[in-house]
Amino acid sequence: MTDNTASISLINIHKKFGENEVLRGISLDAYKGDVISVLGPSGSGKSTLLRCINLLEIPDQGRLLVSGEEVKMKQNRSGINQPADSRQVEQIRTRLAMVFQQFNLWSHMTILENVIEAPVHVLKIPKKQAVENGHHYLEKVGIADKWDAYPAHLSGGQQQRAAIARALAVEPEVMLFDEPTSALDPELVGEVLQVMRTLAEEGRTMIVVTHEMGFAREVSSRVVFLDHGLIMEDGDPLHLFDNPQTERFKTFIQAMV
Amino acid sequence: MDLSIILDNLDIYLQGLKNTAILVSLSLVIGLLLAVPLAILRTTGNWFVQAPVRAFVYFFRGTPLLVQMFLVYYGFGQFELIKSSILWPLFREAYFCALFTFTLNTCAYTTEIIRGAIKATPVGEIEAALAAGMSKMKMYRRVILPSAFRRALPAYSNEIIFMLHGSSLASVITIIDITGAARIVNSRYYSPYEAFLTAALFYLGLTFCIVFLVKRLENRWFAHLQPQVQEKTQRKPV
Repeated sequence: MTDNTASISLINIHKKFGENEVLRGISLDAYKGDVISVLGPSGSGKSTLLRCINLLEIPDQGRLLVSGEEVKMKQNRSGINQPADSRQVEQIRTRLAMVFQQFNLWSHMTILENVIEAPVHVLKIPKKQAVENGHHYLEKVGIADKWDAYPAHLSGGQQQRAAIARALAVEPEVMLFDEPTSALDPELVGEVLQVMRTLAEEGRTMIVVTHEMGFAREVSSRVVFLDHGLIMEDGDPLHLFDNPQTERFKTFIQAMV
Repeated sequence: MDLSIILDNLDIYLQGLKNTAILVSLSLVIGLLLAVPLAILRTTGNWFVQAPVRAFVYFFRGTPLLVQMFLVYYGFGQFELIKSSILWPLFREAYFCALFTFTLNTCAYTTEIIRGAIKATPVGEIEAALAAGMSKMKMYRRVILPSAFRRALPAYSNEIIFMLHGSSLASVITIIDITGAARIVNSRYYSPYEAFLTAALFYLGLTFCIVFLVKRLENRWFAHLQPQVQEKTQRKPV
């Protein structure tokens, strides 16, 4: 594996929900250190695209490679694509981490238990070390003192930061963010974006589905604009925002500002 | 009201208490152990796996416990197949018949309770478990079941109490449980009031213990749902 192998490589991804073709042939490479903001109107398929990367949705067509390793697919009797090897899927998921719009912390576990769950029970890291790391990541996202609280006892912003700590704890190759600030009260958005900004500056590979134009413009290294299941624009944010190539993106930016 | 009747016969009641306690706790434990895998099958299995579980649950929830017990205790003896099998020494015993029926009965109800709790697992928590790379087994063990058991506890504590009270039917097939003890005392002294009031007090006492234990369990398990206490009890890092 050479250095210029893409961390994530999507080749001609298609996905249908019933008659509704949500993704109509998406190809995208994400390299180490990339911070890619995925923009698009609602229903454009951006969340579906993200969920195809860690196989929460299974693409109907197309290939997915994670650090050069291709996810093996097979077709079931009805001709629908399915992962051929569930072990491989689980293994690949441990190398990616996802931060959800609704946080999705495990509600019966404390914050620290949430953070050490995957390291201890999936990656089999010794518990003592995982706890140590866990406290470190909680400190990093600024909620070190909340380690023994339950998710329901935290504010939305704190919960999302806990979810980011949980994602960090598996030392993922790529972090996937699915509209991480969309469920937050406006005054709590900043604290989460600040944490994400720090992560971007550390050089972590991130793919962020977002409506935060400021984040897309200032933090990300690359912006992808999706509409009706196709990539309409793809490029450097500064260049793209000032010179939109398509009418769709132009109206989209205007509507968002 | 003649208390001396009760005091003179306390040993019969204690014998009854022992039988009730063993019968109920054994059937609850075995029933619960069987109900967990059945509930999982009921939520994940395909139609062919689900059908027998559904039928089992439907039968035991759809018929009275007393009828079920009669079917086992009186009914099984009709079948040469059972009579000649190695299980017959067991099914000849009233005690085993009661235990067998109670276990299956509570198992059916518990299966439904747990199935409902599993189904109510927040989708997001399941997705988070999948995204973390958990296998299905691990996800059940670490996320779905621990959270389902918590949700199931209030309904299950009801089932425990129903089972306790339902167990009084065992006295009909010659078992000396608490109710059986009361029937003996009543038939000896013709004093139904004293005899059955004492039985009622025993059941009340047992129910009190169950409610108390469930409450303690709830306090521990439901910490994540309770409002935060002011003075934070210092917990050691896990």
